[in-house]
Amino acid sequence: MFVGPFMLVFALVFLAPIVYSLYLSVFRTQMVGGTTFVGLDNYARAMQDPQFWEGLARVSLFLVVQVPIMLGIALLVALAIDSGRLYGKSFFRISIFMPYAVPAVVASLMWGFMYGTRFGLVGNLNDALGVSLPDPLSPDLVLASIGNIVTWEFVGYNMLIFYAALRVVPHSLYEAAEIDGATQWQVVRSIKIPAIRGALVIATIFSIIGSFQLFNEPSILQSLAPNAITTSYTPNLYAYSLSFSGQQYNYSATVAIIMGLITMVIAYVVQLRGMRKEA
Amino acid sequence: MTARTTTRTTRWLRGTAVAGVLALGLTACASGETDSGEATQDADSALEEGGEITVWAWDPTLESVAADFEAEHPNVTVNLENVGTGNDQYTALQNAIAAGDGVPDVAQIEFYALPQFALSEALADLTAYGADELDGTFTPGPWGAVQQEGGVYALPTDSGPMALFYNKRVFDEHGIEVPTTWEEYVEAARTLHEADPDAYLTNDVGDAGFTTSMIWQAGGRPYQVEGTDVTIDFTDEGTQQFTSTWQSMLDEELVAPVGSWSDEWYQGLSDGSIASLVIGAWMRGNLESSVPDASGDWAVAPMPQWESGEEVTSENGGSSLAIPAASENADLAWAFLEYATVGDGIATRVDEGAFPATVAELEDPAFREQEFEYFGGQQVNEVLADSSANVAEGWQYLPFQVYANSIFNDTVGQAYVSDTTLTDGLTTWQEQSTTYGNDQGFTVNQ
Amino acid sequence: MTTALTATAPSSRGPRLRTRTVNKHSVDRPRRSPLLTVLTAVVLVYSLVPLVWLLVNSTKTQGDLFSSFGLWFGDSFALWDNVVATLTYDDGVFVRWLGNTVLYVVLGAGGATFLAILGGYALAKFDFPGKRGVFAVVIGAVAVPGTALAVPTFLMFSQMGLTNTPWAVIIPSLISPFGLYLMWTFAAEAIPTELLEAARIDGAGEFRTFFRVSLPLLAPGIVTVLLFTMVATWNNYFLPLIMLRDSDWYPLTLGLNAWNAQAATAGGEAIFHLVITGSLLTILPLVAAFLVLQRYWQSGLAAGSVKE
Repeated sequence: MFVGPFMLVFALVFLAPIVYSLYLSVFRTQMVGGTTFVGLDNYARAMQDPQFWEGLARVSLFLVVQVPIMLGIALLVALAIDSGRLYGKSFFRISIFMPYAVPAVVASLMWGFMYGTRFGLVGNLNDALGVSLPDPLSPDLVLASIGNIVTWEFVGYNMLIFYAALRVVPHSLYEAAEIDGATQWQVVRSIKIPAIRGALVIATIFSIIGSFQLFNEPSILQSLAPNAITTSYTPNLYAYSLSFSGQQYNYSATVAIIMGLITMVIAYVVQLRGMRKEA
Repeated sequence: MTARTTTRTTRWLRGTAVAGVLALGLTACASGETDSGEATQDADSALEEGGEITVWAWDPTLESVAADFEAEHPNVTVNLENVGTGNDQYTALQNAIAAGDGVPDVAQIEFYALPQFALSEALADLTAYGADELDGTFTPGPWGAVQQEGGVYALPTDSGPMALFYNKRVFDEHGIEVPTTWEEYVEAARTLHEADPDAYLTNDVGDAGFTTSMIWQAGGRPYQVEGTDVTIDFTDEGTQQFTSTWQSMLDEELVAPVGSWSDEWYQGLSDGSIASLVIGAWMRGNLESSVPDASGDWAVAPMPQWESGEEVTSENGGSSLAIPAASENADLAWAFLEYATVGDGIATRVDEGAFPATVAELEDPAFREQEFEYFGGQQVNEVLADSSANVAEGWQYLPFQVYANSIFNDTVGQAYVSDTTLTDGLTTWQEQSTTYGNDQGFTVNQ
Repeated sequence: MTTALTATAPSSRGPRLRTRTVNKHSVDRPRRSPLLTVLTAVVLVYSLVPLVWLLVNSTKTQGDLFSSFGLWFGDSFALWDNVVATLTYDDGVFVRWLGNTVLYVVLGAGGATFLAILGGYALAKFDFPGKRGVFAVVIGAVAVPGTALAVPTFLMFSQMGLTNTPWAVIIPSLISPFGLYLMWTFAAEAIPTELLEAARIDGAGEFRTFFRVSLPLLAPGIVTVLLFTMVATWNNYFLPLIMLRDSDWYPLTLGLNAWNAQAATAGGEAIFHLVITGSLLTILPLVAAFLVLQRYWQSGLAAGSVKE
């Protein structure tokens, strides 16, 4: 009925390829020798594949560090704007949201240029201040640099989700709190945050999925830092390289499915925890 | 509506079954043993009859070639599509072949990627059209590259014999002589970097094409391919000669850590902080069009040598046009291919800045003696054409070079950013390439 | 975490309990805080600096781009020349890309919003078997990396003859899981169930009820979802990259990347200044859309919270 059209298109563009990937993941196709049924061999291979696990560890680190920072900033800004204590709040709201309008391709190109230590903004700063900042695209720092780009792109987006949730918190609650003599922080902690828990949980889940699927930013920065960002830098990049440079469609599908399962489990746990607290 | 959905579903199911078998278009059949005279006639009649062909290429000079070809044969339409440069295009081509739908009639393929497509029988063998009789038409490097297992799978469009492009203004300013050997080259790198710490003789952050071309010139032959028997060995003398020299360049930080083709790179070429490049002949056109501010600064010299007095060079890049086996209009495709690579198309392309692969053009005095204002009036083509005649023989690429090159920076690239040496990196590269080759059903020896 | 305060007034019923006391000092009109403004301004600067960089550099010629300080203007002011060059380069292909992008946004984002409204409304207001499963399945499917599904999707679409046509870009954009979630929560709060029941008692059909009663109430939520799906479609890059071969069907993102890649082609011409100006022109329509929609959106949100 009403859900029908959504589910129909959804089945076509999401479910069918997934089913097809499951099918691919139990075969092996060779340039010499053709296709053979291999059962769960591809899964066994992934379990022992250091490149896959290193990539997973890397995005997990990214998840643990970048997502809290991004959501934290977004929440603080949303609370600040919602508090009504800012000068020019609509200017803040629209401006901080603005980076979301920039395509990931353009954002990565821009930041990539600014990261340049010779002619980029980092280089300009080095020259102007007579300092020697470390190269943001060196292997040690490139993950942080990617985190910065992602944070920049999505702080505004998450801020807006929180802000929209905060707007529908009934003012009567604040009035009641005021009568009780609650401080601003108490209002934030006891009313605002619990009231937007649903939004927090959903933003967290989408951020987890986003982190685990990290692809656009590293893949575009790769041309600038080819040695720091390897072809298996993130599991998604790995699946992509396997499939596109290596024609290992079968193994690539396997990696994608395992990643999907891991992401689902973590998202589910977060949702359970989030909802339990709400109850 | 229901009926329609069902047909779609069955078609799709059938598609998945087929696609499972294909990864590289293994169903494509090799073109038959037609007599070449017959096939040429087919091409002529196809031209008269007319029709439409689709060409996938990123080479900008082919636009005029296609237009001229259409003008000459009013019944023929050439759809020239830029599907992406290099890898992007190969991916699209592989996908189209796997899907068995939307395969172009002519595709531009770089030399290093040809064996991969030829081996999987994704390309038509052009000997059916008499392409094997073109021996001697092309310079040895490109001609060797388009032949596989006795077949000819493409015709070269341009070539990249290597030469030393250097910024004469910077060299003169610091009193640096043009290096003729690699030893002098390293010395020049030291002199320049000492005189101006912001300037480097060259840049490199790890580039598979550059490294393999350098090993090629030094006499290394790491890849040996016989059908599905492959040997990968990066320990031979030629390879070591290159790695020890280049390692010292890296250790002394004489190489600008700037990736080729980046905006920083163009900036360096423009302001002189990257003072030379050892690179394919096609760089002539790129400098003219993309570094206009440095007009008059640049000059070209022969590639530095490992032994003083020698004249050995290698190829860097260069591409060809091939006809996918799945093309439904192969006769017409051949007519276009011939026009663009050995016919009138060459002149058009050379006029627009392409560097040819045909002996006749390279030996043509008008070509060789052309003076380039950008290079201060130097007869640049003379140096470049000589280089193409001196390309060392016997080089082979892997039948899975596209993949191997894609993991170059994962392995060898680490030597540029960590304590790993080039030799260690090459060993890892060799191991990972070997594993991949064996996975794909080749027999790979190290 | 359950405090007396939250327990007394669950948020979903909040708006109806609301009194309209206007306290001129505190809750609705709190004191402005310079300190908080400054702190938020730090985030603001962080958000805007790269955009300023883009704006400044789109005024430079290719030569200046390489020789002047990144965050300040160069010797020349070539913004107008760059814009003209961007729009006319290669027979005005940029304009064609712009048109394609608009087409994809209108059909893709419009369709995605429509489907999300229908789906979200149904999830919020109807009971049907498998309802709980729907969202779990959607989230689960989203969790599988899309880049790895690209090849299967390509092969499927190819069988259906959809590759290299606009449909290959539009159909996948019709699904917006986040849009579905937003509409679901919004519909749950914005449409009183009693209203629907009343309409049903009056004998109105479900579709009539939906279009006459529910849709107007959902307006603010629709604007929000439209905004998100518009951005997603406008910035869509990966899928068109796989699906399209004919540059006549490219969206702007793909076109810009092709221009950027041109610098790395033998015989190609580096046109970084056009890439930068093109990037600026690419985000301008979205920024404009934000500014325009923001007003509706603001009033929509305000209406949602002030009503009754």
